[in-house]
Amino acid sequence: MNIDKDLVAASATPLVLAILAESESYGYAILKRVREISDGELEWTDGMLYPLLHRLHRLGYVTREWRIPSEERRRRYYAITDEGHAALAEHKRQWMTVAKALGDAWGGGDLLPVAFGRA
Amino acid sequence: MDQLELEIEGWRAFVEQSPAVDGRDVEELEDHLRDQIADLTEAGLTADEAFLIAVKRLGSIDEISREFARENSGRLWRQLTAPGASDLEQTGRWWRQALLFAIAAAVTFQIAFLAAGTPPGDSSWLVRNASLLVLPFLAGYFVARRRLSWNQVLVTAAPFVVAAVVINVYPFIDGGSTELLAASHLPVVLWFVVAYPYMNGVTRSHERRMDFVRFTGEWFIYYVLISLGGGVLVGLTLAVLEPAGVDPDQIAQWVLPWGSAGAVIVAAWLVETKQRVIENMAPVLTMVFTPLFALMLAGAAVVYAVTGLGGAFNRELLGVFDALLVVVLGLVLYGISARDPLQGPGWMDRIQLVAVVSALVLDLMVLGVMVARIGELGFTPNRTAALGLNILLFVSLVGTAWLSARFLAGQSTFNRLERWQTTYLPVFGVWAAAVVVVLPPLFSFS
Repeated sequence: MNIDKDLVAASATPLVLAILAESESYGYAILKRVREISDGELEWTDGMLYPLLHRLHRLGYVTREWRIPSEERRRRYYAITDEGHAALAEHKRQWMTVAKALGDAWGGGDLLPVAFGRA
Repeated sequence: MDQLELEIEGWRAFVEQSPAVDGRDVEELEDHLRDQIADLTEAGLTADEAFLIAVKRLGSIDEISREFARENSGRLWRQLTAPGASDLEQTGRWWRQALLFAIAAAVTFQIAFLAAGTPPGDSSWLVRNASLLVLPFLAGYFVARRRLSWNQVLVTAAPFVVAAVVINVYPFIDGGSTELLAASHLPVVLWFVVAYPYMNGVTRSHERRMDFVRFTGEWFIYYVLISLGGGVLVGLTLAVLEPAGVDPDQIAQWVLPWGSAGAVIVAAWLVETKQRVIENMAPVLTMVFTPLFALMLAGAAVVYAVTGLGGAFNRELLGVFDALLVVVLGLVLYGISARDPLQGPGWMDRIQLVAVVSALVLDLMVLGVMVARIGELGFTPNRTAALGLNILLFVSLVGTAWLSARFLAGQSTFNRLERWQTTYLPVFGVWAAAVVVVLPPLFSFS
């Protein structure tokens, strides 16, 4: 299935924030997690994640820090802030509203909200 | 493996060419690329294949750097989308458009100036209406350039009509202080009105508001430059023609009005068209003047904290202080708008904080004296306007000082500081409008 570009773009911020809410992470691992969660349906252009992370950092939603894990390369880790949690909650609220409206319109009531993690 | 390293090296060099992607971002992207290559090789691909696929997955570097640039600052992005051939044609058209509006403003102002009678500057009608004769053309220029819809044109025009009615229908007592206050606050109000077409009608966007702040600062610099050039020109003309028996007053009367009105639009056009020129110059000017102002303010704060303000305080000094505080706020605002929001705290931010805190101390002293004075002698139009302005400045400075201190301490982001400024900005416009519209009737137009 090919998901519309605008839809992918709109869901990018909440998705990244939700992944960082699970645990702190770094770019490549975040993308792997996106594929995992969406069963490979959400195809991002990998590079686009980094400008997005920049934006989230500028807005104060995430903190970032260079660290040197086991290997010799250093790596930039991202962690969600309180503001990021608040933004995520707001995103959730908006998506739930949209999902509920769509669910009602399609007569399938509770199907979409389930997909958003709250029945 | 060596071959792969070479290929990664080449890729890195290519990415580094992009001005929008800084070294650390490149490092981060390279880290990503290496992870991807490692995973793909593990899945059985050769290093070569893995590299190709990893690069392809990462996406077009052009697109990524454009996205970075858009994120880093609105302006860099505009630079990246460099003008193509068709844009150049556009520039030609805009040039004519700007000239048209400039001439219209110049002619209107010149006619009004002559109609107001001689000796010039004597008529309070002209003083009151000066900004109304020029700024509608600036608004019109932006309306045309941004191709606003008819609804937006109406929204732009309405405040001008209201202002024209208010300023001419109110029965001001000639030479009274409410008239002077209205005349001096009206340009501020109308400048905020110009913001609407400038921002394409999107007034809630913080980025667009910041753009307008930047525009205001750059417009001011261009206007000063043009005025200086014009001054030299007029001076030389006088020197050349006076011996030939030409009356200097005649030249002043025919050149100054249309020149100063037309320059308003020409400066705006220059800001938008020759942006790269001013972009390089304006940050340098702020970099030079912010420390100087910080030094001067800190000195003044110390002096007046020791000697006390009460003795020296009079109306002129109050005016000087208010002008100083407004200039400081302008400098801070422009400094913030021209700064790269992603950079960490630096020495310029510290100096700016010194300037802001000193200004705060001065403002507090002014407020103290003013409240005491009002308590003693009661409200007058001038005192009310000054008190209001100082309270607004005080709140703005407190917020700025607090947020930049937190930013310097690493407890807050620069974005917060930017947002505070852009959120607070309309308050000044509303206050200026209140001084024009509400204050005169309150003090029965005295």
